[in-house]
Amino acid sequence: MSRGRGFAALLFLALALVLAFLTLPIVAIFVRTSPGELLSALDDPGVVDALWLSLRTTLTALAIIVVVGTPAAYLLATRTFRGKAVVTTLVELPLVLPPAVAGVGLLAALGPAGIVGGPIEDAGIRLALETAGVVVALTFVAAPFFIRGAQVAFASVDRTWLEASRTLGASEARTFLRVAIPAAAPGMLAGLALAWGRAVGEFGATLIFAGSFRGRTQTAPLAIYERLGTDFTAALALAAVLVVFSAALLLTAKLLGNREVVDAAR
Amino acid sequence: MGSIGRGARSVLVALVVALAVVGCGSSSGDGDLLVSAATSLKSAFTNYGEGYDGANAQLSFAGSDELAAQIRAGAKPDVFAAANTKLPDELFKDGLVERPRVFAANRLVLAVPAKGAKVSSIDDLTGSGVALAIGSTSVPIGSYTRKVLARLDASTRRGILANVRSNEPDVGGISAKLTQGAVDAGFLYITDVKATNGRLRAIELPAKLRPEVAYGVAIVKGAKHRDGAQGFVDGLLDGDGADALEAAGFEPPPT
Repeated sequence: MSRGRGFAALLFLALALVLAFLTLPIVAIFVRTSPGELLSALDDPGVVDALWLSLRTTLTALAIIVVVGTPAAYLLATRTFRGKAVVTTLVELPLVLPPAVAGVGLLAALGPAGIVGGPIEDAGIRLALETAGVVVALTFVAAPFFIRGAQVAFASVDRTWLEASRTLGASEARTFLRVAIPAAAPGMLAGLALAWGRAVGEFGATLIFAGSFRGRTQTAPLAIYERLGTDFTAALALAAVLVVFSAALLLTAKLLGNREVVDAAR
Repeated sequence: MGSIGRGARSVLVALVVALAVVGCGSSSGDGDLLVSAATSLKSAFTNYGEGYDGANAQLSFAGSDELAAQIRAGAKPDVFAAANTKLPDELFKDGLVERPRVFAANRLVLAVPAKGAKVSSIDDLTGSGVALAIGSTSVPIGSYTRKVLARLDASTRRGILANVRSNEPDVGGISAKLTQGAVDAGFLYITDVKATNGRLRAIELPAKLRPEVAYGVAIVKGAKHRDGAQGFVDGLLDGDGADALEAAGFEPPPT
């Protein structure tokens, strides 16, 4: 056997191992229990509440992320300034922070005994153990996914378009809204899809900062955790829903991230 | 070796180092006695485990229900200690653990922050603006709490439940929400309150409301360290383990 072919076989073996290892748990979720049982487990009102809460809180978090994150990403993509590398690193830090760290940090900052939480509480706003607290936790962990995607998308918009728009008399704000955003939209949406996926999967920060209460702070991953010991089938059913949802998001992000694919599909 | 490039070699070295580090840091070295215990046993078992000379005891703490679920899923610790007798009894019935023994008792109390508490008795729990954290129904602290609530009249019970802000998966969560001021009160074991070193204060429940809280321990069937496990369990009933339990505020098992 030639050396080249041996190496190729090694590569295939490695990929086969990777694929088997990474898909096995997903397969197990669907194979361990019959589809009928999974569907009937979804009848549990607690499960429905958790899915509904997950949908509401993640969409709210995404709205906040898009409204505040888009201009911030545009600034990072189009301007250079002192300390930009530091700012970018700080913005991206939640990407690599353990969720438990995020939860403890949020509690220490925005909890009733936190450094900012006291004044906020005095103003009549309660975040810890409230639905709003879930949104805060989700926004914290998911925002960098969108901002990073949007920043890259804005940076790759052809600068001559933006300059042409300015030359033709459009204000910078108008250029941002009418030229930059439409041109960067696929990349922004791809980032948004990843942010949504991360938000839906959030567990540790939510449990620590927002607690677990059905219909109010118990999102789908927390509901899975609560059912582990008592109703494993319901836990699997919820897990199955999240797998399908996450896979759909990833697919969307991939299609959007690869414009040629989208264009070719048209 | 000449055919492997420098890059490939450093990757290999990194892999080997990573595996070695994981091996050393792993909680399940082959010689270690694995003990899965309820979160409420943390301080007592940590003290006992450090001085235990029958084996090198590795302790893992979580809600009893979660630990039981892990054993059902095939996890094999050597010893399982729960905050009730129900979970070990069920595992015994299903042939997963040896016959459980009751080794300690605890007392459910109402826990409040030591300073500036809004709540001074169970009657205050229904007040408006009072926030509570209790155990989730799946974990022993949660089912004991619901036993207490079931002994109250219906309107008080409803009022208290309306003020619950979080159903926590273990006592650690309740304790943390209380010490961080996120809630005003919660039901905990007296030992959890003691473990906060004065940050929480216990309000005793009237005797007629108090549920019996007994802790059960069992050796897991097929335990790798049968002798070490037996010694560990024996020490809990009479010996250093019993002393550590007493120091943490546990009571002797009900007779």
